[in-house]
Amino acid sequence: MISAYLEFIRIRFLMMLAYRVNYYSGIIIYAINIGAYYFMWKAIYGEAETLAGFTVIQMTTYVAVSWMARAFYFNNLDREISNDIRDGSVAVQMTRPYSYLMVKMMQGFGEGLFRLLLFMVPGMVIVTLIFPVTLPTDPVRWIIFFVMIWFSFLINSQLNILTGLFAFFVENNEGLMRMKRVTVDLLSGVVVPIAFFPEWARIVLQWLPFQAITYLPGSVFTGRLNGAETWNALLVQVVWFAVLILPILAMWRAARQRLFVQGG
Amino acid sequence: MRMRYTFELFREYLGNYIKTKLTYRADFWVEVVSDLMFSLMNLIFIFIVFQHTPSLGDWSEAEVVFVYGYFMIAQGVFSCFTNLWNFGDRYIIKGEMDRVLTRPAHSLAQVMLENVDPPSLIGSLVGLGIMGAAWAKLGLTFNWYDPIVLIVMVIGSVLIYTGLYTTLAAISFYSDSPTGIIPLMYNIQSYGRYPIQIYNKGIRFLLTWVLPFAFVGVYPASFFLERHADRTMAWLTPVVGLIVGAIGLIVWNRGVKRYRGAGS
Repeated sequence: MISAYLEFIRIRFLMMLAYRVNYYSGIIIYAINIGAYYFMWKAIYGEAETLAGFTVIQMTTYVAVSWMARAFYFNNLDREISNDIRDGSVAVQMTRPYSYLMVKMMQGFGEGLFRLLLFMVPGMVIVTLIFPVTLPTDPVRWIIFFVMIWFSFLINSQLNILTGLFAFFVENNEGLMRMKRVTVDLLSGVVVPIAFFPEWARIVLQWLPFQAITYLPGSVFTGRLNGAETWNALLVQVVWFAVLILPILAMWRAARQRLFVQGG
Repeated sequence: MRMRYTFELFREYLGNYIKTKLTYRADFWVEVVSDLMFSLMNLIFIFIVFQHTPSLGDWSEAEVVFVYGYFMIAQGVFSCFTNLWNFGDRYIIKGEMDRVLTRPAHSLAQVMLENVDPPSLIGSLVGLGIMGAAWAKLGLTFNWYDPIVLIVMVIGSVLIYTGLYTTLAAISFYSDSPTGIIPLMYNIQSYGRYPIQIYNKGIRFLLTWVLPFAFVGVYPASFFLERHADRTMAWLTPVVGLIVGAIGLIVWNRGVKRYRGAGS
């Protein structure tokens, strides 16, 4: 059974490899994104040494690493699932002897793995050469960081699956998917670290899963979280991963009961 | 003659659109809300940033918000008429292009009309409101010709977007890969709405002459701003619009000539 799932990772990886145009344009676009945010933050800092506890160098590192992490955890599972539901092919997939949601997860992982190896690694090398970033020197921090972005991937994919499964219950979840995308980008801390939010918003965000996607791993990587705080951050991720399984299972169960294939 | 024919088609399509939307009324509102959420998120970003700094470059908060309002107007009009997000998937891979090509109206006009999305225009109205509020806050003088200039500028900006996205969509005629470029491009276009002066030469050049997103935001909006008025760049907006629009149309027409059917 496991080998079947591994096969899905492999196939998706190879599929990504086949679309070269996407790959090259993706690299360029991520570079521009990081560059644009770098200059924007430089303008925001102006003369200031630190803002919200971030030094300029920490901020640059944070921007670079959070975009790189995004390359790994980002996927379009929500769209894929909702397309499967809307064109009815989910019904066929359900009859197959594997877990549909696990397969989706594996495909997302294949995609993430592709971007990690061919995007993140070369991208990070280029970024460290161009921009003033400081990488952690402690190997343990690197290991924890990679464990944490693994959980970023899991949590983000879980949110995607939840959004995608809504297609079972509403005729059109296009708006919902778009809403989810902007929400994740803003509240997870890719565009602005959560430390910059006003006090009340920070308190609210502590109770939401989004910070676990970008802000926590980014904070560990930039050295803003140390020692016990690191383990706390990891714990928050693990808890969210476990908690999010429940609504997915509930929705999946309810969905199978009321599945009706439109058109078909 | 041909124009009039297309406009009549537009009326017909709009009528059909309204009829289908009335069946899925909830969708309509979800879409409007998700559009507005998207803008709200971006405004939140601006507000958060200005909590930590009095100015971005030498642009004040109200000025940046003003530019954003302008951007929303252009963006809303553009998304109403040009919805080419899943062009490659729907028309090339699934083969709907064959159906379009058997009809007398111009293929691009048909594809645009089939995907017309009037709810986006509500975003334009909100943008107009935001621009108006910022206008009052900045105490700008109001000249009789300002509304006319605004319309010309918006048309120019919309042409730029339409031209660029038509070109990108037309890539699907040449390569089989589903162009993931379009969603990625979406990231870059957002940088045109921030003061261009904060970026370095490379990105400024890119946003002005290569992917002229700065003409959908900061340049045309600066026409109305007294402190940052850059009349030359502002008046280039309609010119660049015509050029980019023409390029889009040419690439599209050539692509259609090359198109050989989905083969399935």
